[in-house]
Amino acid sequence: MAAPDLLAFAGAVAAGDIEVVDLTHTLTPEFPTIVMPPELGQCAPFRMEEVSRYDERGSAWYWNNISMGEHTGTHFDAPVHWISGKDLANNSVDTIPAANFIAPAAVIDISRQSAANADYELTVADVTAWEAQHGRIPPRSWVLLRTDWSKKSGRDYVNMREDGQHTPGPCPEVVRFLVEERDLHGLGTETIGTDAGQAFHFNPPYPAHYYMHGKGRYGLQCLTNLDLLPPSGSVIVAAPLKIRRGSGSPLRVLALVPRGERRA
Amino acid sequence: MTKPLQRPKRKDPLKKTRIPLLPQGTRSRTALGLTSAAAEGRFQLQVCSDCGTVVYPPRDACPRCLSARLPFKDVANGGTLLAETTIRTSTDVYFRERMPWRIGTVQLDAGPSIVAHLHGDLREGERARLQLKIDKSGQAIAMALPAEDTPNMADDPQWRELTCDPKFRRVLITDGRTAVGQALAEAVSEAGASVVFVGVADPWKPFPGEERLRKIERVEIVALDLTDTISVNECAGEFAARVDILINTAEYVRTGGIIDRKGLTVAREELEMRYFGLTRLAQAFGPVLRARGADGVNSAAAFVNLLSVYALANWPAYGAFSATEAACLSAAQSLRAELRQGGVKVVNAFFGPLETEWYQAVPPPKVAPSALARAVVRALQQGLEDVFVGDIAEDIRARLAVDPKALERELGS
Repeated sequence: MAAPDLLAFAGAVAAGDIEVVDLTHTLTPEFPTIVMPPELGQCAPFRMEEVSRYDERGSAWYWNNISMGEHTGTHFDAPVHWISGKDLANNSVDTIPAANFIAPAAVIDISRQSAANADYELTVADVTAWEAQHGRIPPRSWVLLRTDWSKKSGRDYVNMREDGQHTPGPCPEVVRFLVEERDLHGLGTETIGTDAGQAFHFNPPYPAHYYMHGKGRYGLQCLTNLDLLPPSGSVIVAAPLKIRRGSGSPLRVLALVPRGERRA
Repeated sequence: MTKPLQRPKRKDPLKKTRIPLLPQGTRSRTALGLTSAAAEGRFQLQVCSDCGTVVYPPRDACPRCLSARLPFKDVANGGTLLAETTIRTSTDVYFRERMPWRIGTVQLDAGPSIVAHLHGDLREGERARLQLKIDKSGQAIAMALPAEDTPNMADDPQWRELTCDPKFRRVLITDGRTAVGQALAEAVSEAGASVVFVGVADPWKPFPGEERLRKIERVEIVALDLTDTISVNECAGEFAARVDILINTAEYVRTGGIIDRKGLTVAREELEMRYFGLTRLAQAFGPVLRARGADGVNSAAAFVNLLSVYALANWPAYGAFSATEAACLSAAQSLRAELRQGGVKVVNAFFGPLETEWYQAVPPPKVAPSALARAVVRALQQGLEDVFVGDIAEDIRARLAVDPKALERELGS
């Protein structure tokens, strides 16, 4: 087999034959982070301190010190993030094989259901219905849940009520199905977690975290622009920071989409 | 009768803001005893331990028996105004722009006669109450008030020069998510503040009392996250020139000592909210406050810190928390010196455990948020620098004065 022509690939990107869609939210201090009960440890929000700005602190240069949690903003979850994945090989962001940071995507649209019901749970039936239209999900694919949740902001985005958060996500059965029957690469969502807002009350609790990370699969959260992607045919580039024994990291998530396939 | 204060007109944008000038602020070390009494609103003079003579002005030896034992003690503040005069001209730049200014001699029942600033409702020959107040230079002066309260007496211009009354001033409550923040918003609104800006962080997170807070008269919610430098700077950029009194209600209460807490995550959050929060507010709002210390009826007047009394002596059950509060107290002392250049007071309100969720396991007496709020408003109206709110705070203050080491040991058992 002849070597792939990467120059042609680069040329296609430059010419716009392959479009690059940014699936990342801008890192800002205001962007909500996951909230735990106040007596538990909390994920730090994004913060930025100016080091100098062409001033007495550094006359010709502008730069900042930044701080945040590993799970702040648009971020990647490594298997070691969850207790079910704690003993796996190559389970942290620094040891995951670099090739795993590039994989195809299947985009399942449950935006209509989610608009009607904030607690909508993706089912196996939703997946098989998608496959009836677009074909079987190829092995080692990201499944991206399009809910249009990224179009909401503030209170509506987090949707915190007295009994917790209400945001859509997968039911336990569909995660197991995707991991075991479809060899899922990972799950990507527009909400703050890969799990539904109420997933603490599922069995097992937080099934996406439990099953996916237990099998060494990955998560992407707080994605945006999923509505621009075709149901199939796009490729995701998502490489987290190489943090020693890191459980995840904020990152830039890019989707490569063939010309004409990009929505809207 | 004092003429009631009129709501100040909006400022003429073509007029220069006057530089805050200060009255003469040099005192002898001994005379600073008056300043410490004034800071807490006490009336204290030196009383000779040997012959009982009440001494004024402060001296190093008793003028009657030459004893060097002259501690400051609480003294009855009643007296009679013997003579008064109105100063109409002065070479002192501070008083020059505040003329006319009434002063007089008060014969104290306790003994000495004292030259004092006079409240407008007090006339020669009348009975008077003498108070020690902190002036714009941060030093004690004596002010004579009528024996009985008179209508609108707090509106007297010479009195208002010594206080930080919220009336017709614009107040910023930095954190409206807390019970104390909400109680303070209500209290300063009732005290006649013309606007009450209330900072709310993480607006996407609902919080108890929110609906009620929004309904308080003259409350305006503003985006303000004390843990975020950008947010504090943006809030100051928009509102600092309209903030006359800043009340920092940021709160972070967690139990545990230094060893007990695993890791630094909680300690960092605590410092971000409290120590760095205070630093951010000081850097963002301080320069504007300091520049507006003489800006008319609604001049910048005060920066208020709410501090746990365990800032003064560590309570190991809340040990890491106490350490953070101590850092805030130290910062507040620096801030006091820095803001004094603009005639702006730093008010520290010390309190014991509050009647709030984070002190759930602590037995009473505890301080109700509304009681703390009332004490802060009173401190502003009286122009105090340090207030101790509730039994625990007063107890710690008293024990600290007697034997700091004994207090440390007792708090640690």
